[in-house]
Amino acid sequence: MRKVLLIVLVLLIAAGAAFANGNGDEGKMADSITIHWAQWAPADYLQQLSNLYTEESGVEVVVEQTPWETFVQKYNVEMIARSDAWDIIIGDSQDLGNMAINGHYVELTDWVKANNVDKNFTPASMQSYSEYPAGSGHYYGVPAEGDALGFAYRKDLFEDPDNMAAFQAKYGYKLDVPADIDAMLDIAEFFHDPDNGFYGISIYGDNGYDSLVMFGEQMIWSYGGELGNYKTNEVDGYLNTPASADGINMYKSLFAYTPPAFNDAFFVKANDAFTAGIVPMTCNYFAFLPALANKATSPYADDTGYFPVPPQKGRDGVERQFSSLGGQGASVVTYSKKQDTAMSWMDWFIREDVQMEWAKLGGYSCHSEVLKSQEFLDAAPYNPAFAVTLNIMKDFWNVPPYGEMLESFSRLIGNFIIRGNGTAEEALQATTDEWEAILSK
Amino acid sequence: MKKNRKSGSGKPPRLANSMKETNFVRICILPTIILLILINIVPLLSSLRYSFTEYTARKLTVPGENPLFIGNENYINLLTDPSVWERFTTTARYVILSVGGEMILGFSFALLLQTKFKGRGIIQTLLVLPMTMSPVIVGLMWKLFLDPNWGMFNYLLGLGRVDWAQDPNINLYAIVMADIWMWTPFVMLLSLAGLSAVPQSLYEAAEVDRASGWFKFTRITLPMVSPLLMIALIFRVMEAFKVFDLPMGITGTGAAAPPLISIKLYKDTFLTWKTGYGSALGYIVLLIVVAITSIFVKYLNKAKQED
Repeated sequence: MRKVLLIVLVLLIAAGAAFANGNGDEGKMADSITIHWAQWAPADYLQQLSNLYTEESGVEVVVEQTPWETFVQKYNVEMIARSDAWDIIIGDSQDLGNMAINGHYVELTDWVKANNVDKNFTPASMQSYSEYPAGSGHYYGVPAEGDALGFAYRKDLFEDPDNMAAFQAKYGYKLDVPADIDAMLDIAEFFHDPDNGFYGISIYGDNGYDSLVMFGEQMIWSYGGELGNYKTNEVDGYLNTPASADGINMYKSLFAYTPPAFNDAFFVKANDAFTAGIVPMTCNYFAFLPALANKATSPYADDTGYFPVPPQKGRDGVERQFSSLGGQGASVVTYSKKQDTAMSWMDWFIREDVQMEWAKLGGYSCHSEVLKSQEFLDAAPYNPAFAVTLNIMKDFWNVPPYGEMLESFSRLIGNFIIRGNGTAEEALQATTDEWEAILSK
Repeated sequence: MKKNRKSGSGKPPRLANSMKETNFVRICILPTIILLILINIVPLLSSLRYSFTEYTARKLTVPGENPLFIGNENYINLLTDPSVWERFTTTARYVILSVGGEMILGFSFALLLQTKFKGRGIIQTLLVLPMTMSPVIVGLMWKLFLDPNWGMFNYLLGLGRVDWAQDPNINLYAIVMADIWMWTPFVMLLSLAGLSAVPQSLYEAAEVDRASGWFKFTRITLPMVSPLLMIALIFRVMEAFKVFDLPMGITGTGAAAPPLISIKLYKDTFLTWKTGYGSALGYIVLLIVVAITSIFVKYLNKAKQED
């Protein structure tokens, strides 16, 4: 009997010690954390940046990269399986609602407010990469890579005296960075010379995912249309308007001046056409513009200028300027077993000096002070245009069924722009009907 | 007999050993069978269940909510959607053009290669190469080859800047060309196997009767090779109906892509996450493929019986 009591006592002590040890581990830093992001240059920059965190803390940071084609699918599948493979996900902005609603991301509202993240980062970036639903004051991430559409142009062609004189004679105003989207169409028409293998402009077609939406939505907004009311989920009366049709008609007009084989164009083709010297200007995400400023990848690097999406007066006489938002926010995964360490990395990442370093490495910081600094503006030729763009960027719906809405828009509006069927009004009405049905589910 | 009873089996030793062997074989096969059930049968049955529900694999499973049983609504919606029928029509056109081309070319090459000549082995090996490649790689390779800016295809044929991959009016034919290029060798190999099995005595007898070449082809060659040609036809129709990797590589899945049923299946299931709806479409495609295959198998059996 004594032996039994002794054994029970020993077991209790051992269990108590194990329990005490377990509690002690909760606040303990893990040796490493894993961040999941898409496979592209900014992810390499983040790895370089995080190596500085490793030097400071001793915690190893692995930035795991997945090709863009399967990026969103992959982390969605992992989250459904409640996987702890990653501690932080730098996920697509459109996917924020889905991740928040399904509890895959840790709510960071208290942390955001306690650390003034909502005040230190630009309001547009907080709304797009962090807050869900819009205007709710609930935060699930921190802006990591701010991104939006911008333009690159060939300064040598725009400043060529012969081109300038011919343009002035034809259109009655000076050839320059387009003052509005109407002027951009004139410039595209002016340079378009398919017989000699030169084309007016390089813009996105439909890659089967979101490229057509990204260019189309900023055309709609610029001409005074809307994609809907994000607060009430209404679409009718917002998307199917004459102003939206103006934007879509302009998209089609511009698309007529793209090079051949541009129906599925996305960021690679947009840049390739520019570096191949067959277009005078190209639209692309800022994240892809560094390749155009690099002599190793673009023979026109020294002659390339950059500008944000131009403003445009709508049929109501009001001038608007919008750029489609890309980019991603960093969020902590609910199923991570290293949340404390992940939060420690987040604490470090939001520091102003770290954000400046991030910008210097090539990342697009959304930190207000960094964006204002001369050091940032001088760091790269496209940074001034990016600083302007961060104040004009706007996002697509980030509700959970956004994928269905993207597909619907691409198919129906693409049927008009790419296949040339029907009218802009018919395409917008059909999209409105489908979106209303999707959102009413 | 007594000895056998003592051993407990009641059967002759050879039979007992054979049964032991059979059991051993069964035990060895069991893991494979379990694995096959897990990776084939279970998903097949799950997707059948999902096809009767409104379900998205993107959200957490909530009983009675996700998946939500909706009966045959997915099937009705699909079968009454004109765009789905347009996709089936385009897919059928694709199957007829690509498989038809492969059968004609594959059999013709086999007839040519039947004759012995110098370098036949090398030519045969070179002709077989396309089918050894990954379809995705073939798709991407053809995309480059057909590119109107720098592709070789237009240049070699002097066609100017024809946009084979992205012009919605002609890009179906671009995929047909790539499919024919890739899979003609498959038909050729099966045809060669069939041709080599035709007894020479039949041709000799026909020669004695002074039969014409056409007579020998239609009355000897074709009937003897037809079972293998039918097998080639079955495999190619099945594959062509489901083709996805080639169009994905050549045209992508955007608005300019040809309306093939496989592209819709991909978009519904993996892009918009309508898992239930996509499962229903998958089953419709499966039933069509099974129905077509059954017809061909019936003809195949008939051809074998006639042999």
